[in-house]
Amino acid sequence: MTENIVSIKGLWICRALHAVLEDINLELVAGDFLGLIGPNGGGKSTLLKAMLGLIKPDRGSIALFGLPPVAARSRVGYMPQKTVFDQSFPVNVLDVVLMGRYSRTGLMHRYGPHDRIAAQNALASVGMEDRAMREIGALSGGEQQRVFVARSLVSDPKLLLLDEPTAGVDSAQQTDFYDLLCHLNRDQGLAIVLVSHDVTAISKYVSKIACLNQRLYYHDSKELSNEDIEKAYGCPVEMIAHGTPHRVLREHD
Amino acid sequence: MIDLDFLQYDFMRNALAAGLAASVLCGVIGIYVILNKIVFISDGIAHAAFGGIGLGYFLGYDPLAFGIGSAVITALGIGMVSSRARISEDTAIGVFMATGMALGIMLLTLSQGYARDLYGYLFGNILAVTRSDVLLISALTLIILALVFLLYKEFLLLSFDPIYAEAIGLPVQSLRLLLLVMVAFSVVILIKIVGIIMVIALLTIPGAISRRHMLGLPAIMAGSILLGAIFVTIGLLISYELDVPSGATIILTAAAAFFLSTVLSR
Repeated sequence: MTENIVSIKGLWICRALHAVLEDINLELVAGDFLGLIGPNGGGKSTLLKAMLGLIKPDRGSIALFGLPPVAARSRVGYMPQKTVFDQSFPVNVLDVVLMGRYSRTGLMHRYGPHDRIAAQNALASVGMEDRAMREIGALSGGEQQRVFVARSLVSDPKLLLLDEPTAGVDSAQQTDFYDLLCHLNRDQGLAIVLVSHDVTAISKYVSKIACLNQRLYYHDSKELSNEDIEKAYGCPVEMIAHGTPHRVLREHD
Repeated sequence: MIDLDFLQYDFMRNALAAGLAASVLCGVIGIYVILNKIVFISDGIAHAAFGGIGLGYFLGYDPLAFGIGSAVITALGIGMVSSRARISEDTAIGVFMATGMALGIMLLTLSQGYARDLYGYLFGNILAVTRSDVLLISALTLIILALVFLLYKEFLLLSFDPIYAEAIGLPVQSLRLLLLVMVAFSVVILIKIVGIIMVIALLTIPGAISRRHMLGLPAIMAGSILLGAIFVTIGLLISYELDVPSGATIILTAAAAFFLSTVLSR
């Protein structure tokens, strides 16, 4: 159980001679729920892409489950920033969820009965089992989002990467959504990395928090100092937390 | 009531066989063209193919083979450009399209005395389809059907959500190029039947209608194939009876069905 799920050491990623990520170090174990915040353009999505093996490190290393990211793909579930799709696309919910089985099925192999069972189970775990045969476009935004979570869960991952999953979803549905993540995290020991720009919303749910703006401000805890936040965002804390006293922003003793 | 005596003519039998094979191709590839929003790219490939056809004429080789060659090169070119993103895809298509047409017209004219063939390639001449054309079209149709069958789940994932597909390890770029190459082959086959100008209609109309009335991708494809076959058959019959151009008749039949379906589904 002490095996590191995520182990990032001295990671640098540069684009056009500019460092996008600078000396990132991050370790996560089973059951961790990390909220990753930071200003736009701070490199949050880039870090997730590097963890998915879509971007190669310029320096340093990333290991997931002790493997290079590409080799660990079948153990990682991913939900992209915003699934933009044609709302009249002719595909039903079950087939959308099955897409997440690709990393286990592989090129040119058909989905089998066990893939369908996994898809049904994934839908059940997000409370959408009765929607399996509906067209995806016929569902509400919140329901679609649950289906995409099911798609990221269907490969039975041990690590879930979510990139701003609540964009375009109303606040009641957001609360439901975060409750669902907490439940998956607690009951199934799923490690989760949740990228968000909404500090106040996620701090209630996550167990650890990190702030990224080129460098990663992280103390393996749920606390960040005002100093960290100000460095990362380049502006006073009040502008981010709307002046409300909050645990995330508690002063270091 | 319907006079079947036209089937006693070889050229009519060939025309019908080529048309039915092309319907199968359109039904399947046309859906992917619609879902991946590559209608304009497909049209660009059709026009660029004309450059190759002209070159084939000029050099005295098989124009159709040269047409396929230039269509595939254009498809790959557009696919590569769109992944590099230096030049916008739209611009690239516009350039390829116009250059291909200009080259085709220039080379055909230089080959002299081929004005009638020029007309045939622009507006289609299904009645000029030979037996070997029918075999070629059928073979290509079978190859493309086999590819779509093998890569059905991959193409579904690519069409639905390419960003996610890439993130979970689908070879998105290779699949996109393969799709464009399949479109290139289909488009050249359709040039024989309805001509460069009208290719895009036959590629998209059956799918667009079928999509409104069918549920699920396999059913939409089946419906689209059936509609394509109906349009080709009715179009051919009318053009035979009234002695009007076949390509235009087929497209007008399809267009009439499209407007009818739009009005009825309101």
